[in-house]
Amino acid sequence: MVDNTEILRFATAGSVDDGKSTLIGRLLYDSKEIFLDQLEALEEDSKSKNLDTIDLAHLTDGLKDEREQGITIDVAYRYFSTPKRKFIIADTPGHEEYTRNMFTGASNSSLAIILIDSRKGVLRQSRRHLYISYLLGIKNIIVAVNKMDLVNYSREKFLSIRQDFKEISKDLSIESINFVPLSALNGDMIVRRGTNLPWYKGETLISLLENVNLKKESNTGQNCFPVQLISRVDNEDVKDFRGYMGTVTSGRFKIGEKIKVLPSKKESVIKNILVSDSYSEEINKNQSGTILLEDEIEISRGDLIANVEYYPRTSSVINCQVCWMSNEALVLDKKYLIKHSNKISKAIVTKIINKVDIESLKETDSSNSLEMNDIGKVEIKIQNQIVNDSYESNRNLGSLIIIDIESNNTVGAGIIE
Amino acid sequence: MNKVSYLKELESESIFILREVVAEFKNPVMLYSVGKDSSVMLHLARKAFFPSKIPFPLLHVDTGYKFREMYEFRDSFAKEIGANLIVHRNEDAISKEFHPSKNGVAKCCGALKTQALLDALSKYNFNAAIGGARRDEEKSRAKERVFSFRDSFGQWDPKSQKPELWNIYNGEIDENESVRVFPLSSWTEVDIWNYIKHEEIKIVPLYFAKKRNVIVQGKNLIPSDSLKNNESIQVESRFRTLGCMPCTGAVRSNATNIEMLIQETVEAKRSERETRIIDHGSNSMEDKKKEGYF
Repeated sequence: MVDNTEILRFATAGSVDDGKSTLIGRLLYDSKEIFLDQLEALEEDSKSKNLDTIDLAHLTDGLKDEREQGITIDVAYRYFSTPKRKFIIADTPGHEEYTRNMFTGASNSSLAIILIDSRKGVLRQSRRHLYISYLLGIKNIIVAVNKMDLVNYSREKFLSIRQDFKEISKDLSIESINFVPLSALNGDMIVRRGTNLPWYKGETLISLLENVNLKKESNTGQNCFPVQLISRVDNEDVKDFRGYMGTVTSGRFKIGEKIKVLPSKKESVIKNILVSDSYSEEINKNQSGTILLEDEIEISRGDLIANVEYYPRTSSVINCQVCWMSNEALVLDKKYLIKHSNKISKAIVTKIINKVDIESLKETDSSNSLEMNDIGKVEIKIQNQIVNDSYESNRNLGSLIIIDIESNNTVGAGIIE
Repeated sequence: MNKVSYLKELESESIFILREVVAEFKNPVMLYSVGKDSSVMLHLARKAFFPSKIPFPLLHVDTGYKFREMYEFRDSFAKEIGANLIVHRNEDAISKEFHPSKNGVAKCCGALKTQALLDALSKYNFNAAIGGARRDEEKSRAKERVFSFRDSFGQWDPKSQKPELWNIYNGEIDENESVRVFPLSSWTEVDIWNYIKHEEIKIVPLYFAKKRNVIVQGKNLIPSDSLKNNESIQVESRFRTLGCMPCTGAVRSNATNIEMLIQETVEAKRSERETRIIDHGSNSMEDKKKEGYF
């Protein structure tokens, strides 16, 4: 493995019995990420259940309840590498009630694999998975048409599913959608092409994953560094050091560049930069570091250091799409906490503007509550002003979580319009 | 040119997490086990707060059964970097001579590790404990959050974990609750070794192969210092993971430097935890995690 490989994070979504666990097991198994002792444990397990072949699905069942009930109950993360990339899979269960898990897994993914059972075709859940991917700004989707072995590897079946899926995605702007016919059980078109799908001339699943273009979101005019901590050091070794620690969420910063601090709008010039612990001329997107400024200005955790030409909103009332994640429904005018760009604020939801019927993708207006796994547009009033932007143009300034003050649970996730 | 190589990307994310802990918790601590993952985690902490010293103490939960080389390394390294090192032992169980062969692995671990850890956290009032566990290590750890909540008894409920979105970590807790934080969640064993090589991080020499006195127990090579009146033989071997001597097996290896070691890890056919006797049997990692083990 070489040091300049990239990381691709992707989410997998399927309905119950689409063979998602088998698919992931197959990816890990065929890319040699399974160790012998894990395989032996699996063989023992299959033997005790009188199965002829080993059940790859069980490679990914982490918790006792899942093994006993044969289900997946939570987002699990898997890791594997090929010489080209390191992959991080957010494995999310497919049950309808687990929208929140898909939402969670997709929030950190730049690609989603949506599984479809070739016998069942495009289902209500497929729309749901597609819509969540779209909402979270995932630009690449792979539609894996699984269990091709059960439809005699029929080309017609595959083409008709492809047509149906194109139909449901036509109104959503998703950059690239690829379709692969496969059999996770037999391993066709996952890592190896196999011999059963000669009519399919496209890439295998692994090849798509290795080669998909990881074009980062556009960087136009947005250099953002949300401040995490203030570092002050003054001792024998380090004299009068005052820096702002954080991670560049978009764009880049260079020494000598003019910046402004939001929300105060005070301006200064970058005096020095630490990338991790090394002094550097510049700091780029996704790098953690420390920025030192020419002037002593008042900056606190949650403030934003940005280029002077960037004008995000500063507001205390925002509209956002919220995915509700708690058993207790959203309560209007109840005090919650929101965490947004390193800052915690008190907030209330003043209004539910509409609710999205994820299957028809239609908005319904007459709703006064959001329950577990609902997605809807709400208006949030925040105790203080926050520097925000739309999720589409700025991931970091456009996302937030809602925390219940009593239980401390994360009860909702918001995507700012 | 805008591409951050994957190790640097992992490094950056871990630094972000470590800083969030310091920003959100009054009294954090880093669990330092002296192993390779701890060494990486400590290295990341030093980078995250440079030019400051690490703003939290290190806690070593000592069972009394660690390797001599580990104690030597721990003490000299903590001194070298000027870290505040707290060593905590369950003296009561140690005086009663708890041992896996006498009390069983589950009870021995429960007393010397889990209980000792929970006691130390409550003695010093730590409300955030940073640990080096990785999701690729073991099945139940794949479901672990980066900020993982523990109730007032220090216990983990895998079914009611908080969703974790983007890189927005929820650090809200009540007074009697705590979190475990895992900044190395997304690292794999190979990533750890590649990073150790890239950053030239010092590690305990036990990871490198040399002729060692071991007792062959089935597939395991048990270090002979840990058992009395035994028939040990000399085997060229090394340790893939480090734990307590009675429960940590060595593997046959001739990897005497980091390059050979990475090569061996990449080609490994068996998982690293296989040499940990504690993970086998009925007391699984999941059970132990629920009770408060790391």
